[in-house]
Amino acid sequence: MITINKLSKQYNGTSVLDIEHLEIPKGQAIGLVGNNGAGKTTLFSLLLDLIQPSTGHIVSSDVRIDQSEDWKPFTSAFIDESFLIGYLTPEEYFYFIGELRGQNKAAIDALIASYSDFFNGEAVGQKKYLRDLSKGNQKKVGIIAALIGNPRVVILDEPFANLDPSTQIRLKKIIKELANDPEVTVLVSSHDLIHVTEVAQRVVLLEKGKVVKDIEKSSATFKELEDYFIGISESHAPVAAILEEE
Amino acid sequence: MIQQFIHLEWKSFIRSAAFKQNLAIKILMGFGALYFIAIFGFLGAGSYFIIEEFIEEGKIDAGNPFQVINQFLIYWIFADIAYRYMLQKMPVANIKPLLYLPFKKGKIVNYALGKTVVSFFNFLPAFFFIPFSVVLIIEGYSITGVISWHLAMLLITLATNFLNVFMNNIDKVFYPVVAVMAALALSQFYGIFDITLYTGPVFMFFYENAWAFIIPLLLLIGAAYYAYHYFEKQLYLDEGLKAAAQEASTEDLSFLDRFGKLSTYLKNDIKLIKRNKRAKMTFFMGFFFVLYGLFFMQDVYADINGMKVFAGLFCTGGFLFSFGGLVPSWDSSYYKLMMAQNIPYREFLLSKWWLMVAATVISTLLCSFYIYFGWDWWFGILAGAVYNIGFNSSVVLWGGAFVKTPIDLMTTKKAFGDSKAFNAKTLLLLLPKLVLPVVIYYAFALTINETAGFIAIAATGVLGLLFRNKIFDLIEDIYKNEKYDTIAAYAQKD
Repeated sequence: MITINKLSKQYNGTSVLDIEHLEIPKGQAIGLVGNNGAGKTTLFSLLLDLIQPSTGHIVSSDVRIDQSEDWKPFTSAFIDESFLIGYLTPEEYFYFIGELRGQNKAAIDALIASYSDFFNGEAVGQKKYLRDLSKGNQKKVGIIAALIGNPRVVILDEPFANLDPSTQIRLKKIIKELANDPEVTVLVSSHDLIHVTEVAQRVVLLEKGKVVKDIEKSSATFKELEDYFIGISESHAPVAAILEEE
Repeated sequence: MIQQFIHLEWKSFIRSAAFKQNLAIKILMGFGALYFIAIFGFLGAGSYFIIEEFIEEGKIDAGNPFQVINQFLIYWIFADIAYRYMLQKMPVANIKPLLYLPFKKGKIVNYALGKTVVSFFNFLPAFFFIPFSVVLIIEGYSITGVISWHLAMLLITLATNFLNVFMNNIDKVFYPVVAVMAALALSQFYGIFDITLYTGPVFMFFYENAWAFIIPLLLLIGAAYYAYHYFEKQLYLDEGLKAAAQEASTEDLSFLDRFGKLSTYLKNDIKLIKRNKRAKMTFFMGFFFVLYGLFFMQDVYADINGMKVFAGLFCTGGFLFSFGGLVPSWDSSYYKLMMAQNIPYREFLLSKWWLMVAATVISTLLCSFYIYFGWDWWFGILAGAVYNIGFNSSVVLWGGAFVKTPIDLMTTKKAFGDSKAFNAKTLLLLLPKLVLPVVIYYAFALTINETAGFIAIAATGVLGLLFRNKIFDLIEDIYKNEKYDTIAAYAQKD
């Protein structure tokens, strides 16, 4: 489904992403973890052709992303609030995305209704523009908009951040359903190791732009990831202590 | 403490995005500011003599120039209030991070109010009043009287500054006041009722009584005191510091569905204009250009037909130039979404194109009153309209493709021109937009006759319409080539 080949991105000579090879089969749900600056958002931006790779390329369903735009009809994403149109109401925003993705108003209405528990009586149905919603409600709208038009690749950058606990639980259910669909490939990043190990079938750990771990999820995955991150924080601790002494 | 505030202010000034421009633009902006100062200074120094001449010629019926100025000061003050209201915003943006720091609230309020005092709006009038007062003294007016009057004017200017603080966001007060002022001005023009007969003596009073400047001083103190307390009460996240949320109104635009795929974008663009301050302002400003031709009604231009062409282009193309030149920046805040969706550039552009065409047609209809000044004016306007629709509509979009200035839709701050929107390429594109039609006109008007000149401009417009798709191909290529740069540029915040 998605093949990443010798992909790298540099800014002023500093490498922020460097992936030799990564294969994501159709229908898989991938969880992306890594500390700040690991390259998660860079990778997602490359997957959406929002930035240009320095070297290498990504192929999605036989479409080379940086050369053709044919990946757009089957790919959808929510990266950040720059994916929202602030002066629309959530409903209007859904209709707009729906029209772009060939869905009529009735289909969108049905979709909104089916996710009514996710919105939990907020976000939709209020006389508010998207720009006036809270961060959490904006995020809910963005995530659901990314599900419009039965996309075959869904990319969500830190979807759990800013969500309240109930919504996080509902979101996990939604992502798991997507993950179980053999037609849909899901890419989710998160700083919450519990969430990632719960929804993903495979976890990729990025560190300073490189893939350091690529594991099929098992019951041991959470522990393995946690140990890794504890290791990193401890490896920096003495350095920090020395710096303070000086 | 004050030192730290000044330090903060200095950093926010030198690190603002506007400051990081190239030297040429900075120099240009500097000249722009000097130009305004010079104009005001010249007006201040020269207006006395100009009005004196008018009185001698019998064009103005008044005793002396000072009296005339005093009469019209009421309009000056209201104009001052009006443009402050529209342009001068309260500096609340930097206050939030100060709230939880160990400052007394009073200090924060003083800081914010102090900031409004050092605004350009307060200095500009001084450039008029100082030279004018000097001229008055030279002309033999009483020194103490002039000083009192001068102080009164500057104090009133400062008082309007504080008035603006608590007048902010009270549209209900503002628009009726503007309407009343406009009505008063009109009734004065037509000799029905002259308010200046009553307000003139008020300003004269400041001159005649040397102590009278104390009245505006008290006014200023009152306004400042009220502003202080008003502002202090607003220092809560859910009061004055809250971004005002409008109640969303949805409108049925489904009648646009007949435009097919285009309707998706058209509906969005209409909402864009309706619901965002900056876009709304641009929209209305565009129609003000309809009056632009009146500037050319002076005798000097009477026989210069090239000016009629120029006027025709501006009167009908106000919206086209101001809105079109900033496509695609209008969509900058969600540009990533647009680029990740399956959006053909052509449809995206066509929607904007249709909007511009519709606005141009409406402007042209509004311009029909120019027939009153002569049919050749109307021909000039029609020719300009056709040229705008056929040719400029595409060229403007072409120029916009090079503009990579993100637009903050919610502020009207830069509605009067974004200096970053000027770069060599967009300036070059002014040539085909404005100069070429004048050249075409003269090429035909001088060799054949004036009518041929107007027809030639219109014909070029029609030709442009035929080649629209070719120009759109070109623009599409630019969009594709500049895509990554544009995304990166739009991601930057001011």
